[in-house]
Amino acid sequence: MTDVNTQAGASVTIPPMVLAEQVSKSFGSNEVLKSITLEVKRGEVMCLVGPSGSGKSTFLRCINHLEVLSAGRLSVDGELIGYREANGKLYEMAPKEAARQRRDIGMVFQRFNLFPHMTALQNVMEAPIRVKGLPKAQVEQSALDLLARVGLAERANYYPAHLSGGQQQRVAIARALAMEPKLMLFDEPTSALDPELVGEVLDVMKGLAKSGMTMIVVTHEMGFAKEVADSLVFMDGGVVVEAGDPDEILTNPQHRRTQAFLSKVL
Amino acid sequence: MPIKAIKLRHPWRMVFAVLLVVIFVSVVVDAALRPAYDWPAVGKYLFDRRISQAAVVTLQLTVYSMVIAIVLGVILAVMRLSPNPVVKSLAWFYLWIFRGTPVYVQLTIWGLISLIYSSIDIGIPFMDPWVSFSTNAALSTFTIAIIGLALNEAAYMAEIVRAGLLAVDRGQEEAATALGMSWSQTMTRVILPQSMRVIIPPTGNEVISMLKTTSLVTAVPFSFELFTRSRDISAETFNPIPLLIVASIWYLFFTSILMVGQHFLEKRFARGVGDRQPDRKDAVGTGTGTLTGVVPVVDSGQPSVIAPPRQDDPPANPGGVK
Repeated sequence: MTDVNTQAGASVTIPPMVLAEQVSKSFGSNEVLKSITLEVKRGEVMCLVGPSGSGKSTFLRCINHLEVLSAGRLSVDGELIGYREANGKLYEMAPKEAARQRRDIGMVFQRFNLFPHMTALQNVMEAPIRVKGLPKAQVEQSALDLLARVGLAERANYYPAHLSGGQQQRVAIARALAMEPKLMLFDEPTSALDPELVGEVLDVMKGLAKSGMTMIVVTHEMGFAKEVADSLVFMDGGVVVEAGDPDEILTNPQHRRTQAFLSKVL
Repeated sequence: MPIKAIKLRHPWRMVFAVLLVVIFVSVVVDAALRPAYDWPAVGKYLFDRRISQAAVVTLQLTVYSMVIAIVLGVILAVMRLSPNPVVKSLAWFYLWIFRGTPVYVQLTIWGLISLIYSSIDIGIPFMDPWVSFSTNAALSTFTIAIIGLALNEAAYMAEIVRAGLLAVDRGQEEAATALGMSWSQTMTRVILPQSMRVIIPPTGNEVISMLKTTSLVTAVPFSFELFTRSRDISAETFNPIPLLIVASIWYLFFTSILMVGQHFLEKRFARGVGDRQPDRKDAVGTGTGTLTGVVPVVDSGQPSVIAPPRQDDPPANPGGVK
């Protein structure tokens, strides 16, 4: 927790953007996450790295309640995810409330998951119109601005099938940003891309990080982690093996498993 | 340099095609001359009022029962995919009954409904009903025919819709959920529109099939649709064959229209997939229809150039005066 002294002198506690306390997740008898405790501050860019099957994507999906926790507590911006707490008891959230929480958390997927029957512009406009109920004209203007921001103003009326992978992923980022989220989750955003297209997506993400967005990025791009991330978390076998400053971990990993992993990917 | 080679000949193709054309033409000529077909009678009854009214009734039966069947089918398909085991089994049971018995038998049973349930009561069970109708008065044979056809068809539509829903990538639902869309928004805005591409071709098939199945409602008994009507007329004229041809022409006319409609629906829901050409909305209709460019002409030293007609060019031969 961060303590901030306001001008009045009173100490107000600002909750971290994401606070995970002993988060566990099992699929049947398979325990994918084992008591993860993590904190992401406002404006922080955290990179989650690790071998496949280490639980990084599952952890990301727990944050916006696409996966339900088996144990532990997870809160975003001080608000418990998926549950309401009253009188020391937890109450499961109605789908409507869970949907309200997800509005403020943007997610970008490995396989883009753009809506193929809508143009790039319609993809970006869909959620603000349907979920927030904003007027169409206003949404269209800000959607065009967002597409310009990811460098795709010219492609607004193209269907996803007519865009390259990198362009699709940039539309997907614009689509998530259209909901004006306070937190962005990236689930291996460049893993499904041709190597030559990775750069354009990372550039957009760098710009986003510079603008002060809180981001959690599951990635294999160590260069990006080194350049942009404020913190790096190495996961393996469902546990956090090492966490801290990216430069330090990447150049001087303390743990043997981190060393073994980095020696293969760097 | 284009390849210059003597084309492979297919002599048997030619022989076969000629043979088929000869057979086809002789069948047509024979049919035209055969008195049993009674072509003058076909012409006379084709636009007979009773027949054209029956054609409209057939179309009504098809449209009403298909609309109900599609709505019910979507509901049943969603029920089958529900996590609730009771809801799921109920949908399965419905399918088992309505797909497992012949539609002709079902229509006959529906026709006898007033023997089974003499009145329709609305109210709380085991209490005096608020409203009560006599079944015979409440349900005309037309209504019963639609109910019978629709409930049977719904079972088939449910399977078609279910296949369509399952064909949509799971990532689509996740993406919509992650954006904060509700389940019903996800279904109506994301999943259903995409499943349409899979649902429409077999549904078109079902509509065409339904148009023909309407001829079975004589089991209800309902007798104002195309087939039963033409049978009734021929029972008076003792001349069944031309009336069967008349009915067939009407059925063919409707199925042809339906096929055209299906083609356009498929095109509409295939947007974004299936075509690889850049398909910007604002790029539609920019072609001028004028041939321009360079066309090689055989034995000419230079390629001829065709220029687009210019506005300010005078016509080559104004007024036809030399």
